[in-house]
Amino acid sequence: MTTDQQFHRIAVLGAGVMGSGITTLALGSGVSVDLVDVDTRTLDRARSGIRTQLRHAQLLGALPGDRPQGELTTSVSMSGLAHADAVIEAITEDAGLKAKVLGEVSELVRPGTPVISNTSGIPIDELAGAVRRPEDLLGTHFMNPTYLISMVEVIRGPRTGDAVLAATQALLTTLRRKAVVVRDAPGFVTSRLLHPMINDAARIVAEGTATVEDVDTLMQGCLGHPTGPLRTADLIGIDNLVDALDALYERTGEKRNSPCELLREKVRAGELGRKSGRGFYDYGEGIS
Amino acid sequence: MTINEAATPALAAQIQAGLLAFLEAKTKQVVAPGQDIFGTGLATSMFALELVVHLEGTYGIEIAGPDLRLEHFRTVEKMTALTLRLKAEAESTDSA
Repeated sequence: MTTDQQFHRIAVLGAGVMGSGITTLALGSGVSVDLVDVDTRTLDRARSGIRTQLRHAQLLGALPGDRPQGELTTSVSMSGLAHADAVIEAITEDAGLKAKVLGEVSELVRPGTPVISNTSGIPIDELAGAVRRPEDLLGTHFMNPTYLISMVEVIRGPRTGDAVLAATQALLTTLRRKAVVVRDAPGFVTSRLLHPMINDAARIVAEGTATVEDVDTLMQGCLGHPTGPLRTADLIGIDNLVDALDALYERTGEKRNSPCELLREKVRAGELGRKSGRGFYDYGEGIS
Repeated sequence: MTINEAATPALAAQIQAGLLAFLEAKTKQVVAPGQDIFGTGLATSMFALELVVHLEGTYGIEIAGPDLRLEHFRTVEKMTALTLRLKAEAESTDSA
């Protein structure tokens, strides 16, 4: 059984919002992380962001009290990947780029090492063609903030092997996350439902039916949504959301998934959500 | 309750007034010193860390270890008590 597998050190590729959040979660769970990005400034920002997130997690009682934190190393090269117990790729939501990076990763890791692509909706089998051992590849969809949301969507591609699925589930247990495994499809389950809803919420605001605040308040108060769709958009990052919607539209052909003009305008204006200090809401100087 | 509070009522009042102004500016609502800001939905868990950073920056303290718990930030009164204690501890270390 691979479920006895120990995870001491993982590699996380991409030091953006999701890569940083996953790193925070791993460090807080006692797993050391080699965080890799092509840009040193992004790595510097991530270092300080991760420190802040670990404090946030502690403040909210989201860290386990029974183990020391893992160690963080950052790098602009993937040369450390041979020693990783698992690799989580969390780069830009671009199928071509992901395929290229995952192909390189699969040449560097030991056979049997889980190669995990974190994506909000790119089908895993599209990426499987680019890697040396498709049976070692699978998908996760962590939610932001990763260290506060205990559920993770896990995507089993048609070529994903049993061993790597079991190993990934063991890793998620170490990270104190619960997993639900679903089959491969554009947007899987959560993005297929959430992303077009956020898109419609933005359209509703653009058409003047209701204000940003009122849309969120109605979804919270009437339908039990924890934050409202537009506050969620700010948390996801509106640029990522537009990329994910584009990917979903391209693969489903459903007009509802085509990013609306208001979302595109926000991206052009640099109003990307919480991470840039302003999106649908104003966050002042923000916390990240 | 502590000696610090008795010794520095003026400072306590100043911290409390500063926190109330900060919270009211951020939430655009009137806040009471004893109000549970998280329980009443006034502040979110994402906002909690902003309060930590605000107190650290404004009063030159470091909030870490067992002090870094949401419980200490639940009301303006609790945050004031924590700030007074950490300020006093920092000052006694400095003069020692």
